[in-house]
Amino acid sequence: MSIYLNKDSKVIVQGITGGEGSKHTARMLAAGTQVVGGVNARKAGTTVSHTAKDGSTVELPVFGSVAEAMAETGADTSIVFVPPAFAKDAVIEAVDAGIGLLVVITEGIPVQDSAEFWAHAKAKGTTRIIGPNCPGIITPDESLVGITPANITGKGPIGLVSKSGTLTYQMMFELRDIGFSTAIGIGGDPIIGTTHIDALEAFEADPETKAIVMIGEIGGDAEERAADFIKANVTKPVVGYVAGFTAPEGKTMGHAGAIVSGSSGTAEAKQVALEAAGVKVGKTPSETARLMREVIESL
Amino acid sequence: MDLYEYQARDLFEQHGVPVLRGITADTPEEAQAAAAELGGGVVVVKAQVKTGGRGKAGGVKLAKSPEEAKAAAEAILGLDIKGHTVHRVMVAEGAAIKEEYYFSVLLDRANRSYLAMCSYEGGMEIEQLAEERPEALAKVEIDPATGIDQAKAEEIVRAASFPEELVAKVAPVIVKLYGVFTGEDATLVEVNPLVLTEAGDVIALDGKITLDENAAFRHEAHAELEDKAETNPLEAKAKEADLNYVKLDGQVGIIGNGAGLVMSTLDVVAYAGERHGGVKPANFLDIGGGASAQVMAAGLDVILNDEDVKSVFVNVFGGITACDEVANGIVKALEILGDEASKPLVVRLDGNNVEEGRRILADANHPLVTVVATMDEAADKAAELAAA
Repeated sequence: MSIYLNKDSKVIVQGITGGEGSKHTARMLAAGTQVVGGVNARKAGTTVSHTAKDGSTVELPVFGSVAEAMAETGADTSIVFVPPAFAKDAVIEAVDAGIGLLVVITEGIPVQDSAEFWAHAKAKGTTRIIGPNCPGIITPDESLVGITPANITGKGPIGLVSKSGTLTYQMMFELRDIGFSTAIGIGGDPIIGTTHIDALEAFEADPETKAIVMIGEIGGDAEERAADFIKANVTKPVVGYVAGFTAPEGKTMGHAGAIVSGSSGTAEAKQVALEAAGVKVGKTPSETARLMREVIESL
Repeated sequence: MDLYEYQARDLFEQHGVPVLRGITADTPEEAQAAAAELGGGVVVVKAQVKTGGRGKAGGVKLAKSPEEAKAAAEAILGLDIKGHTVHRVMVAEGAAIKEEYYFSVLLDRANRSYLAMCSYEGGMEIEQLAEERPEALAKVEIDPATGIDQAKAEEIVRAASFPEELVAKVAPVIVKLYGVFTGEDATLVEVNPLVLTEAGDVIALDGKITLDENAAFRHEAHAELEDKAETNPLEAKAKEADLNYVKLDGQVGIIGNGAGLVMSTLDVVAYAGERHGGVKPANFLDIGGGASAQVMAAGLDVILNDEDVKSVFVNVFGGITACDEVANGIVKALEILGDEASKPLVVRLDGNNVEEGRRILADANHPLVTVVATMDEAADKAAELAAA
């Protein structure tokens, strides 16, 4: 088991012919993902060649629209690599086509565009969006829909949800001997589709996930709300980490959402809230990994 | 990006929000001339700083003549308001104010929508109002798909308990302010106070706007709103190289890949610094997932030119870009920089092809480079070198 994504997920790539889309299509195929095609209205009817995991060559069809790609291939998942200026339209198209899972990798989308496509997706109610500005999702040894390196670690009992890509990789690397059920990077933008709470709820319901590591960072109050959720709804052990304890007020730290304004959004406030909910919070990634190791050993 | 009041005023005017005439001045003489240009009558001289509490700090003064405006500007220019030095004032027309209100529309992260806030009781710090009289502050969720039209604006104004005869006067201004919010890709538009004059006009007397930098590609004019004088020269240099850099006040230069990992690196270095004379991180610098030699060189160039930096910590997790490529990037970057590279570098690599990456650095055997196995140990080493 896993959350949101498994070996049967059929994936299309929006922006499959672009540089990033092409590079990561190859990586996803190598990781075992069932990539079944792509979308680019200007190149509809053509194919792109890639190498499958078993070394054979696959010709992936390029469709004119998400709806057409879904009808022809039975795809239930899409990943978006299109540039920021076109991302809103790409997301709305996929939502309108009724895709089940939509992973938006694109970085630098204007937040009002994200607000609009989120409002649209929420009203429609059929699409789970992950991202934007995220590394995507990986169910190790089954499927990768994103840009996470697939060879860091394999299947195991830990579920991971994180705002940050490289901290996800770092944590998977530190705990590579234990392994992960699913690792999901939800992104560091002010408006995102899937939240910490959504992922926590899914991991709680997933029988193969035995413990959860949650990585947050400064800005907003998502971690505080996740802490409230954990207190009320999560029975599995949760270990947390929050990046940005030493970040000064008023400076955006790389992610558009990572900013301390006044007393709101500080790492301290998030740590206090998480600890009050029974979450063990590490001061550093290595300490967080050690805490998770203790949790796994005590199960 | 936060804007100055005068910049917000200009954007308001462009979008049809009623404002008073205002002219900026960088010297007392310019302020005097501005007051004369505005008719020589009553003006308000206002400090242009990106912080609140100007009034209390003596940054807003009424002047009844151009001479008084000059004197007011003399008193205000150079003032320190919460750590911001005043370099510019705005000389604005005076107005006979009958009533003061509050309005803002902002991005609501928690609800993933927009939020309009409005109060019939303005003029007060809004945080104070929210704290002391929350019932006086109406909060209305705005659906990004439908926005604020006349009907929604009237709903907001009524929710804020405005008397019925004012609804038709205030609502159109709110529609226009929402036009600023969406038209300029803002994450905040705030007016405090929104005033009703004795003559019966509704006017935005002050303005605060925060713009979304992700939307800069569709607003060419926003580049001109950037405050080049306020920007740190190293930050300006980094921006030219398209690097994600923030100058901080410590001694350990930081380069890493990925915003989360770099934030985490700052923390780990600060903790290590507690054991080494209190040294701190000197900057935030995220070179992104693909750490090419050119990007690494550009990053090192910015950091090594920071006089405060005593040592540099390069912390990379090889994901998409494998560690051997990163190691080659560091070696080439040091070649490119030559003698300019003069400070010790502590490098920690982990992830894809880490052995190969470490071998490349060992073979290069650069006298300034120390390779350390873990993030914690590397932070400690970098802090130790910075304290030495």
